[in-house]
Amino acid sequence: MIKVEGLTKRYARKIAVDNISFEVEKGQIVGFLGPNGAGKTTTMRVLTCFLPPTAGKASVAGFDVLEQPLEVKRRIGYLPETPPVYPEMEVQEYLEFVGRIKGVAKDQLAKRIAEVAEACAISDVRKTLIGKLSKGYRQRVGLAQAIIHNPDVLILDEPTAGLDPHQIIETRDLIKGLAARGDHTIILSTHILPEVEQTCERVIIIAKGKLVAMDTVANLTSRLRGAETVAVEVLAEESQAAAVQRKLEQVAGVSRVLANQHRDGKLNFMVESLEGRTIRPGLARAVIESGWNLNELHAVGLSLEEIFLQLTASPENTRQEEAVAATAAPVGESR
Amino acid sequence: MNTFTIARKELNSYFRSPIAYGVMAFFALIAGYFFYVAVVFFVRRGMESAMMGQSFPMDMGEMIIRPLFSNISVIGLFLIPMITMRLFAEEKRTGTIELLLTSPVSDLEIILGKWLGAMILYVAMLAISALSLSVLFVYGHPDWKPILVGYLGLLLQGGCLLAIGTFISNCTKNQIVAGVAGFAIMLLLWVLDWASSFGTTVTDRVISYLSVLQHFDTFSRGVLDSKDIVFYLSVIFVGLFLTARSMESLRWRA
Ligand SMILES: Nc1ncnc2c1ncn2[C@@H]1O[C@H](COP(=O)(O)OP(=O)(O)O)[C@@H](O)[C@H]1O
Ligand SMILES: [Mg+2]
Repeated sequence: MIKVEGLTKRYARKIAVDNISFEVEKGQIVGFLGPNGAGKTTTMRVLTCFLPPTAGKASVAGFDVLEQPLEVKRRIGYLPETPPVYPEMEVQEYLEFVGRIKGVAKDQLAKRIAEVAEACAISDVRKTLIGKLSKGYRQRVGLAQAIIHNPDVLILDEPTAGLDPHQIIETRDLIKGLAARGDHTIILSTHILPEVEQTCERVIIIAKGKLVAMDTVANLTSRLRGAETVAVEVLAEESQAAAVQRKLEQVAGVSRVLANQHRDGKLNFMVESLEGRTIRPGLARAVIESGWNLNELHAVGLSLEEIFLQLTASPENTRQEEAVAATAAPVGESR
Repeated sequence: MNTFTIARKELNSYFRSPIAYGVMAFFALIAGYFFYVAVVFFVRRGMESAMMGQSFPMDMGEMIIRPLFSNISVIGLFLIPMITMRLFAEEKRTGTIELLLTSPVSDLEIILGKWLGAMILYVAMLAISALSLSVLFVYGHPDWKPILVGYLGLLLQGGCLLAIGTFISNCTKNQIVAGVAGFAIMLLLWVLDWASSFGTTVTDRVISYLSVLQHFDTFSRGVLDSKDIVFYLSVIFVGLFLTARSMESLRWRA
C-alpha cells in the first residue's frame, strides 16, 4: 500500500530523512517510532505530498507522490501534529468543508459526517465552535477530518501528543477501532514507546533521519530479550544475605547476581540469566530448598524503552554521548 | 467547484472575525464623509450661483461622482492589505495550510478561491457606497452609465490590488508582516501615482503606466478604455501567477 525507496529529504542545511526504505502492506497498522527530530513528520509530509522528496521515491496505492499527487491525496487521510482546524468554525461546518475539498459526494456528505462524528465521539459538539473545544476534542475533530472521505491510508502524526492520560486512552481506542474495521492502512508516529506496543502490529524505528529497525512488535521485543533479568525477594535475616547470594549464583544458567537493598528482613536481588536460558524455576527451587521464604520473583521485562535505547545507541554513539554528557554535566541540559 | 468551496470558507472566516466589520465600517465612515463633503460643496455652489442670478452649469457627474470614485479608489488602496493579509499567512501559522495542501485540490483552486473570497468581501464593501449614491437618484437624475463604468473600474482595480495582497500574504506566516508589507506596497503605488502626474520623460511615462491608480482615472471619468481593462486584467493574472509560483517554490525550498 505504501512504498518508500531510498527516501531522502534535505532542508536548507540539514538532512532530515536520510535514505530510508520501507513498505507497508494493506490493512496493517504501523508505528513510526523515533525521538524528537528523528524525521517522522518530514517522512509523513513527503507521503502526503505536502513536501517533495529530495531524492528517492515514495508511492501510495501505486501512485507516485511526485507524479500523481492528486491520486495520492485522494487516498490519504492525514492528521498533522497539530490538528488543522479553523477555530472560528463549528465542528459541523468544518467537517462539511473538509468533506467537500476531499471530494466526498454531495449526497453522501451528511451521512459521512454523522458517521465520523459518531466514530470519533464528537456528535455532541457538532454545533460548537472549534475554538471553544478542549485539546482532546480538537484532536478527535482532527481525526474525524482525516477519515471523512474513507481513505485507504491514514497517516497520523503523534496523535496522542499533548493529551492528558484519559484523552490518550480515548484516542488510542479510537485508532484501534479504526484499525479493527480493517479497511484502513495506518501509519502513526510517536516518540512514546508504549504507544507502539499498545496499538501497532509493526514498528519502524528511525533516529537522526536513518532507519534503525523494522519488525513486528513481538519479534523486536523477543529479539532483544536474549537474556532475562529476574527480581528476587527473599524473607531472611540480613546476616544471611551473602549465603543467599551464593546459592542464587549456583543456579544453572545464571550469569550474575546483584544485591539490591536489604531492609526489614527482605533481601532483594537482581539476577541476570545467560543468553537464552530460563532461570526462574531454578531460582525458586534453590531458595525454597535452602529453607528460606520466597516472597517475590518476577521477570523484569525489557520495555520498548530499553530496546529503543539499545538500538539507537550504537557503541560509538554511546561513547560520544557519554563524552558529551561528561563535559556538559555542570551546565545541565545544554545538549 | 473547490474554488467556490474555498471562497465560501474565506468569506465565512471574514464575517466570523472583526476584519469584515472593521473594514466595512471604516469604509462606510470615510466614503460617507467624502460623499457628504462633495454633496455639501455641490449644493452650496448651486445656491451661490442661483443667488448671483447666474445659471451655473451644474454637473453632478463632474462634481460629486467623479471625485467620489477617485476617493474610493484611494481608500480601497489602504483597506485591501487588511483584507488580504491573513489569506495565506494565518493558515501557515496555524498549520491548516497542511490540510489544504494535502487535499485533492490544486494550488490554482486554492489561490483562486482565496482571491475570490477577498473579492466578494470587497464587493460587499463597495455596495455600501452604492447606498449613498442611490440618494442622488432620489433627488436628481444623474447619468447612471458613468456610475456603472466607475464601479467596473473599482472592481478591476480592487481585483488587481487583492491579487498583489494575496501574493504578499503567501510570502510570510505572520499576517501582521503581510499587512505591513502590503500597506507599504500600496503606499508606493500611491506615491507612484503622484510622481506620474508631473513630467513627461520616458521614465515618467513608464511609472505612469505602472501606477495602478492612474489607470483608474479613465474609469472615474466614465470612460471605458480597453487599454486600462487589459492592464488590470494582466496585473490580476501576474499577481495570482506569482502566488502560484511562490507556493511551488516554498514547497521545494522548505
Ligand atoms: N521546515 C524545516 N526547515 C528546516 N529544518 C527542518 C524543517 N522541518 C524540520 N526540520 C528539521 O528536520 C529534522 C527532522 O524533523 P521532523 O521531521 O519534524 O522530526 P520529528 O517529527 O521526528 O520530530 C529536525 O532536526 C528538524 O529540526
Ligand atoms: Mg514531528
